[in-house]
Amino acid sequence: MVINQGLYFRRRLANTTFIVLSLSAAVFGLIWLTFILWELLANGVAALGPHLFRESTPPPGTPGGLANAIFGSVVMSLGAVLLGTPIGIFAGTYLAEYARYGKLAFVVRFVNDILLSAPSIVIGLFIYQLMVAPMGHFSGYAGIAALTVIVIPVVVRTTENMLLLVPNSLREAASALGAPQSFVIKLVTWKAARAGMITGVLLAVARISGETAPLLFTALNNQFWSTDLNAPMASLPAVIFKYALSPYEDWHDLAWAGALLVTATVLTLSIAARMLSNQKRT
Amino acid sequence: MWIAPDLRPPGPLLTDISLSQPADLTDRSQGTRRAGAGDTRFRLLALSAAILVLLIFAGVIGALIHGSMPAFKAYGFGFLTEEAWRPSREIFGAVGPIYGTLVTSAIAMIIALPVGIGIAIFLTELCPRFLRRPIGIAIELLAGIPSIIYGIWGLFVFAPFFQAYVQEPVIMALDGVPVLGTLFGGVPYGIGIFTAGLILSIMILPFIAAVTRDVLETVPSVLKEAAYGVGATNWEVIRKVALPYSRAGVVGGAMLALGRALGETMAVTFVIGNAHRIDPSLFAPGTSISASIANEFTEATSELYVSSLVELGLLLFVITFIVLACAQLMLRSMEKGQGK
Repeated sequence: MVINQGLYFRRRLANTTFIVLSLSAAVFGLIWLTFILWELLANGVAALGPHLFRESTPPPGTPGGLANAIFGSVVMSLGAVLLGTPIGIFAGTYLAEYARYGKLAFVVRFVNDILLSAPSIVIGLFIYQLMVAPMGHFSGYAGIAALTVIVIPVVVRTTENMLLLVPNSLREAASALGAPQSFVIKLVTWKAARAGMITGVLLAVARISGETAPLLFTALNNQFWSTDLNAPMASLPAVIFKYALSPYEDWHDLAWAGALLVTATVLTLSIAARMLSNQKRT
Repeated sequence: MWIAPDLRPPGPLLTDISLSQPADLTDRSQGTRRAGAGDTRFRLLALSAAILVLLIFAGVIGALIHGSMPAFKAYGFGFLTEEAWRPSREIFGAVGPIYGTLVTSAIAMIIALPVGIGIAIFLTELCPRFLRRPIGIAIELLAGIPSIIYGIWGLFVFAPFFQAYVQEPVIMALDGVPVLGTLFGGVPYGIGIFTAGLILSIMILPFIAAVTRDVLETVPSVLKEAAYGVGATNWEVIRKVALPYSRAGVVGGAMLALGRALGETMAVTFVIGNAHRIDPSLFAPGTSISASIANEFTEATSELYVSSLVELGLLLFVITFIVLACAQLMLRSMEKGQGK
């Protein structure tokens, strides 16, 4: 057999070049991402301490913590999840169980996927027009509404995907026993897809706990401890934004601490979601 | 032989059908009717939740159009061609922010797309098996990190680093060179359009890598094995089998990432410099649509100022809608091709 040495060499060379390139792409990408996490840890851990949870955001030059911002973030995220989850689950159920191939379902699916990746700052403008402008002031309620609009598409998408994984024979078996469709959904398919649906909710919480843009002009910010949802409310991302762009060193430290808290929350939720969905599969 | 036990209640074998049956029937029909009503109610609940999704979408468009009417009445389509942005004299033009949005996204895509696809190829084809899962998981987790983290890192860590080690030498080296000297000239501020593009590229990198990896994993092993079987190299298998097979998915994923880059607010706002002007140099501070809104909305005092910012938001929504809609269609066509 004659081997065309020139061609063979060129192909070997092209292959080696390609392997080196894609390896260096991977290394390059991972280096930057590790760099970010490392800086976040280094700066964030230095600023951590129990005072973060005890004291509210200070004026420049005085010691303080992030208690009001943490409280605001938790309350608004909780409110948004409580409101958005049932809506998202029902809409996802409609897509998967009632109108899988219908025209309306096609449109809803398309619109939902657009909302899923739409710029979140636009959601903020929408809620500003809808609630803040008519009410005349910024409020925690408006913040909850903006986050709800972000939660719904996430829950719709995961709910539909998870329900589509439920085998049809389960539905058929339940229907054959004479169960009405709502019973089939409530007692069979929801139960079969439960782990996946909880995963979706966890992912939605992870998504909103770092959202800043939609809160900037709905909940605004609040320097003081406030539990009044009808008044402007602090949140971790909004405080990070304000403090990082300020000229004060001690505010920068608080911003780093806040950033570390947000990232830790998001990563914990994503890992929990992943473990939950893996558990289901095996 | 097993015989079914007699579960009939003890009593006369011949019951009076004329008496028991009508009662029995009403009972059952009532039960069925109750279940039926619950069934309809449940169905309507699901339907109305689905319609609510549509209403939110319509509401977003409606609110943006409504809010931008004053600006549209005042400037018409001149808004799209006016470059100046002077709130004190109520002159508002969208050219600066649109330029910033498009240029930062372009820089981000030029860098992140090849690197992201490289990572994906590395993960699916070349990576040793024991590393595949940990790296894959790490990339997925990084794709979920909120953009404000990239922003604060860009402002405090990356911008000073970039200013000292990249901008200054590059500006010095290219000074006097015809085109490049203008593109990469001026004062090394650290922050600016180029920095914003770089931060954006790092931010969308894990996203592109994760989506492309998922797409590449759908290529049937049989196809790749056949190509390897006739003696193809790794590069030939990927170039001529895997990528052509998954082209629609890769393009769709890239467009999803572009949609993210266009609409991204926090990562950009921190480092773009918020200057409403178009400088020939990419190192100069600029602004993007989302950064303008985030920075100025709460400070906007006049109705026309607010309305101009809302109109910017409407423009951003329209641009991202077109990009995302194309992405959807590409990804759907790919799913259909797989017969899903």
